[in-house]
Amino acid sequence: MSTNDTTATRRGKAPAGERVADWADGRLGIYSLAKTNMRKIFPDHWSFMLGEVCLYSFIIIILTGVYLTLFFHPSMNEVEYHGSYIPLQGQMMSEAFNSTMHISFDVRGGLLIRQIHHWAALIFLAGMFVHMMRVFFTGAFRKPREVNWLFGFLLLVLGMFTGFTGYSLPDDLLSGTGVRFMEGAILSVPIVGTYLSMFLFGGEFPGGDFVARFYSIHILLLPGIMLGLLVGHLILVFYHKHTQFAGPGRTNNNVVGMPLLPVYMAKAGGFFFLVFGVIAAIAAIASINPIWTMGPYRPDMVSTGAQPDWYMGFSEGLIRVMPGWEINLWGHTLVLGVFIPLVIFPLVLVAIAVYPFVEAWVTGDRREHHILDRPRNAPTRTAFGAAWVSWYFVLMIGGGNDLWATHFHLSINSITWFVRVGFFVVPVLVFLATKRMCLGLQRRDRDKVLHGRESGIIKRLPHGEFIEVHEPLSQDALHTLTAHEQYKPLEIGPTTDDNGVERKLKGSQKLRAKLSEAYFGDESQISKPTVEEYKEITSGHGHH
Amino acid sequence: MAALVVLLLALACTGGLYAAFAPASKAQADETAQSLAIDEGKKLFSVGCASCHGTGGQGTSDGPSLVGVGSAAVDFQVGTGRMPAQQPGAQIPRKKVIYTQAEIDQLAAYISSLGAGPSVPTKEQYGPEGADIANGGELFRTNCAQCHNFTGKGGALTHGKFAPSLEGVDPKHIYEAMQTGPQNMPAFPDTTLSDQNKKDIIAYLHAVNGDDTESPGGLELGGLGPVSEGLFAWIFGLGALIAVAVWVAARTAKAKKS
Repeated sequence: MSTNDTTATRRGKAPAGERVADWADGRLGIYSLAKTNMRKIFPDHWSFMLGEVCLYSFIIIILTGVYLTLFFHPSMNEVEYHGSYIPLQGQMMSEAFNSTMHISFDVRGGLLIRQIHHWAALIFLAGMFVHMMRVFFTGAFRKPREVNWLFGFLLLVLGMFTGFTGYSLPDDLLSGTGVRFMEGAILSVPIVGTYLSMFLFGGEFPGGDFVARFYSIHILLLPGIMLGLLVGHLILVFYHKHTQFAGPGRTNNNVVGMPLLPVYMAKAGGFFFLVFGVIAAIAAIASINPIWTMGPYRPDMVSTGAQPDWYMGFSEGLIRVMPGWEINLWGHTLVLGVFIPLVIFPLVLVAIAVYPFVEAWVTGDRREHHILDRPRNAPTRTAFGAAWVSWYFVLMIGGGNDLWATHFHLSINSITWFVRVGFFVVPVLVFLATKRMCLGLQRRDRDKVLHGRESGIIKRLPHGEFIEVHEPLSQDALHTLTAHEQYKPLEIGPTTDDNGVERKLKGSQKLRAKLSEAYFGDESQISKPTVEEYKEITSGHGHH
Repeated sequence: MAALVVLLLALACTGGLYAAFAPASKAQADETAQSLAIDEGKKLFSVGCASCHGTGGQGTSDGPSLVGVGSAAVDFQVGTGRMPAQQPGAQIPRKKVIYTQAEIDQLAAYISSLGAGPSVPTKEQYGPEGADIANGGELFRTNCAQCHNFTGKGGALTHGKFAPSLEGVDPKHIYEAMQTGPQNMPAFPDTTLSDQNKKDIIAYLHAVNGDDTESPGGLELGGLGPVSEGLFAWIFGLGALIAVAVWVAARTAKAKKS
């Protein structure tokens, strides 16, 4: 570092940029940081950019959110409306609603910024969902990335609640109904429910506190935690290095791709503006959460079609399809119709969050994995993931049951019953179907490796037989199709030892063996072609 | 003699007063027109309605009694095309109107002759003059939104029934629906929602769900709330971003092959 200073003086004045960089290096040590990180390699695949979509929409949300805080009044004091929107003139409303109306109609650019903020939030959550599915179906959650998987999962859950507290802030009739529902869910918790509700709302619902409380949760607490997790998430991506799909020259110990500087930085920077552009365009085209049509919240009012934003849709589905059971004992009511959905709600999310640990336990694999699986090569995992997604979407259908009913001319009761049955049946069917599809695709890969690609050319042999000409695959393609490794099912050994005495086996050992058989048994994977098989077939002996 | 004179005077006086006060000829003409309309209405009824509602409008197992429903109910049901019904179902939907307004009036005259009921409102009752839109909005959210949605986009009821969209519905028909409570809708007679209240609600609906209603935020997406917004975000938002990601990934700096 000091040598740079001396060279500068010796050669006369260095260019301005270099002097600034020298100045910064002398204080921050950026040269050594840059040296190790500038040539950091990132592999190229469109699906690796889904996480970037989330990151950039998060940044957009923060930027627009700051603008909104300049004009929003998180207060439930009652005021009379005298703004620009005629159909609400003279209505009594909270200051929160009033200031949101002010932002929408009287602040320069206010409505556009509000809509960018809200659309970006929906896209942020959708992006996280798809990003998580990418990581799941390619097995990118395996060692060493389990912790980062959990970070991502927490970001999704916190994102859901940040969204919920955010859209509740305007204190409009739609979101107020959602907050009322949340209060009902809290009340259904045995023993402590009423206390929790009183603490949260500062007394009876709706009280005069919740907007201010949700406000600090929405703009400070949750985004603060999310920002920390996000930084941790990115640091871990850096530390672990990015995963890559199998291919020639790609191993578990290298990363093939483009360097951080300049290629990746340029691409990522450009992509940020593309994301911003798409979201801004959508916000300029389509209305979102038009609170002026909904009016201010009053506990004695409600509208049909009152749904939460999409990421809370599955919880709405749970509550809508749950039969209204309740138990009355000794003057107390246990509202199972609300409490059971409240318990299932986190379980739906946890089911996917813990999967990596279940799989690691079943395989017993302690090695690091940096090469991604193709979904077909992990049929049980893929089937589980697809089943989970179908489960989630069945619940979303339940959450929108009234709109399905009106727009497809169906009975809302039939849809509710479909969801009740589908909640249990659809995931099982999807699991079985997905597994069969994966095995079919594995067979196809095996076929392609051994017999080559169907060329579409039909040849007629001298004796009249027609055959289709198969073209052998390139060496690269052969490598890619056979690069995955296949586990053997766990051997539990004989149940008795040499002397015929029964071995003591723990229940968990037996379960693990059973699961391992289900994962990797003959029924669950097609053995990939071996070199011998390939040689035998391509040697030209025999007709195939 | 005096008694006779007094009697004559008294008779002349009463007769004169009667002649002066009774709107005899007009009443006669009105009455004839009315009974003509009732007759014509009865004929139309026998052809188009009696198979379900009974020959005297007393109702059968296929259709309710029409005694006392009033002309407002007839004007609404026939004027929106719901009646005559095409087929039984969860709910009789709105469809093409097949009677002319004159015929509808005749049917209404016949039905209202069966028993007293709410009559067709006048233009002053449902017109926009003197209406308080904001109050109408408050009343709508209190009384109507739970089935018809915030701005009258409609909603689902049980077993395939539904609260229809109020978009493009004639103000008169909205008034009549509130007054008579057709199908699954509760009635809101003047004791529940006054004339002025109804006027306010109609004016509010016209302001937020009329032909010239503006959507300041852009496309309304059906005005259905978060479900359509979520679908839009997934399909056009995330869809566009994934398309952009694929595009960017496809246009990368390629390593030179030596």
